Amino acid sequence: MIRNITIGQYFPADTVIHRLDPRIKILIVFMFIVSLFFIASFYPYALILAFIVLTVKLSKIPFRYVLKGLKPLWFIIIITFIINVFMTKGEVILELGPLNITKEGIRQAVFMALRLIFLVIGTSLLTLTTSPISLTDGIEKLLSPLRKVGVPAHELAMMMTIALRFIPTLLEETDKIMKAQMARGADFESGNIINRARNLVPLLVPLFINAFRRADELAIAMEARCYRGGENRTRMNELKLNRNDILAISFSTIFFLLIILTRYIGIRGIL
Amino acid sequence: MSEEMIRIEDVTYEYGSYGEANYLVAVSNVTMQVNKGEYLVILGHNGSGKSTLAKLMNGLLVPTKGDVFVNGINTKDKERIWDIRKTAGMVFQNPDNQIVATIVEEDVAFGPENLGIPPDEIRRRVDKALEIVEMSEYKKHAPHLLSGGQKQRVAIAGILAMNPECIILDEPTAMLDPVGRREIISTLRKLNSQEKKTIIHITHHMDEAVEADRIIVMEKGRIVMEGTPKEIFCQVDKIKKLGLDVPQVTELAYELRKEGFDVPCDVLTVEELVNVL
Repeated sequence: MIRNITIGQYFPADTVIHRLDPRIKILIVFMFIVSLFFIASFYPYALILAFIVLTVKLSKIPFRYVLKGLKPLWFIIIITFIINVFMTKGEVILELGPLNITKEGIRQAVFMALRLIFLVIGTSLLTLTTSPISLTDGIEKLLSPLRKVGVPAHELAMMMTIALRFIPTLLEETDKIMKAQMARGADFESGNIINRARNLVPLLVPLFINAFRRADELAIAMEARCYRGGENRTRMNELKLNRNDILAISFSTIFFLLIILTRYIGIRGIL
Repeated sequence: MSEEMIRIEDVTYEYGSYGEANYLVAVSNVTMQVNKGEYLVILGHNGSGKSTLAKLMNGLLVPTKGDVFVNGINTKDKERIWDIRKTAGMVFQNPDNQIVATIVEEDVAFGPENLGIPPDEIRRRVDKALEIVEMSEYKKHAPHLLSGGQKQRVAIAGILAMNPECIILDEPTAMLDPVGRREIISTLRKLNSQEKKTIIHITHHMDEAVEADRIIVMEKGRIVMEGTPKEIFCQVDKIKKLGLDVPQVTELAYELRKEGFDVPCDVLTVEELVNVL
């Protein structure tokens, strides 16, 4: 029942976007997020939408797959929308008792909702096209200049790798313990929330104990394989930038600079 | 006299500190040595101190008393601990808990990466190690999708890629099914005969000990028997008294002899027994 969980939401394929260096992709997404917050009118959204459509097309990911990323966030998007609709002051177009809907409110609500949707889609495109391992590598490499000021870049990346490595193992184990407890009459599926939570205790205790034991054994095994932190460590697959990476980052930098500029000179100044 | 790989001199190891009343002596006054190129099996019950002995052999534990030398380097020498671990690689019981990366070849590369070896050389070593354990076709797989025996072979490849002279295996077959066990045993035999690696195989399966050049039997932290498989399994009574089994064929020969048949005591394999009868 919990067997089918995939790690992250990586959509394996071999396309230009998939092959881009993870560092480049992370940087582009970062620029994407920053520029989203600079947008002050609706027109630049069209450009953002075009950018997203282009990326999705190039990465050959089905659109419904991309939209699936929005699912868990519908609630937040709707709440944001409602709050904005009612809380913005301005020209009243509809009165509902103590609440007013204003023209500015509707505009602001649509604006914020779009921003949230683009934010989620843009970031999930990163995780859809980048495997967790290369994502981790990218983060490690990008953070490594910050090591001088005390950011444990290698350690963070190693923790993420190990977490990813052990997710399926622990899921399998949870499944096993659940079955063992069910065989002895445990009930995980009925009763109210409090009862169900209480019934989870006999599941969580062995799971935690085993996780600690695993951590201990893993640490010893890593030490036996000469692990001593990130110092002097080499990598088998080193990240190398190629022509496509340079192209992608140059194009994106110009694109997002233009988006940011629209805030200051107005969209008509550019087009 | 062949060259020595590991020398253990009058070693005692105690768990817990001296101040506490309940410290446990895991290994007491053990003296032994392992020769280069040897296939040594250490037999013993749970709690006989054999796992502790293994961890003493590559500096994961440092003896309370006495000295351990790996290739002439004392394991107490903190400066050279990585040389020791590079020389004496160690494979553990649970394959799940020693695989670090999410892709087979990345995991095999973990050891050499830690040693700071250049990328091209790592690639070459990883490919070779996977070939030796016959796992090349799985190099892009995720480890959790492999069988126990396959995972354990990946773990062995991970050690091989560090190019150790000696491989210590602490009950590598304990969590495997019979198929997985056979895979591991044939891999070990190959490593010993073709790759000339010194193998120290710790186990409590008697059948696995038949292949060894030499067997050491441990009980309560001491070495109680030592010799070739034939010498050891000839002493059926003594082994049974230690609560251990002998290989089935040896047991059969032993029973036959008790019944008055003229069967030598050092029969270890089915073929040998067939020939004798």
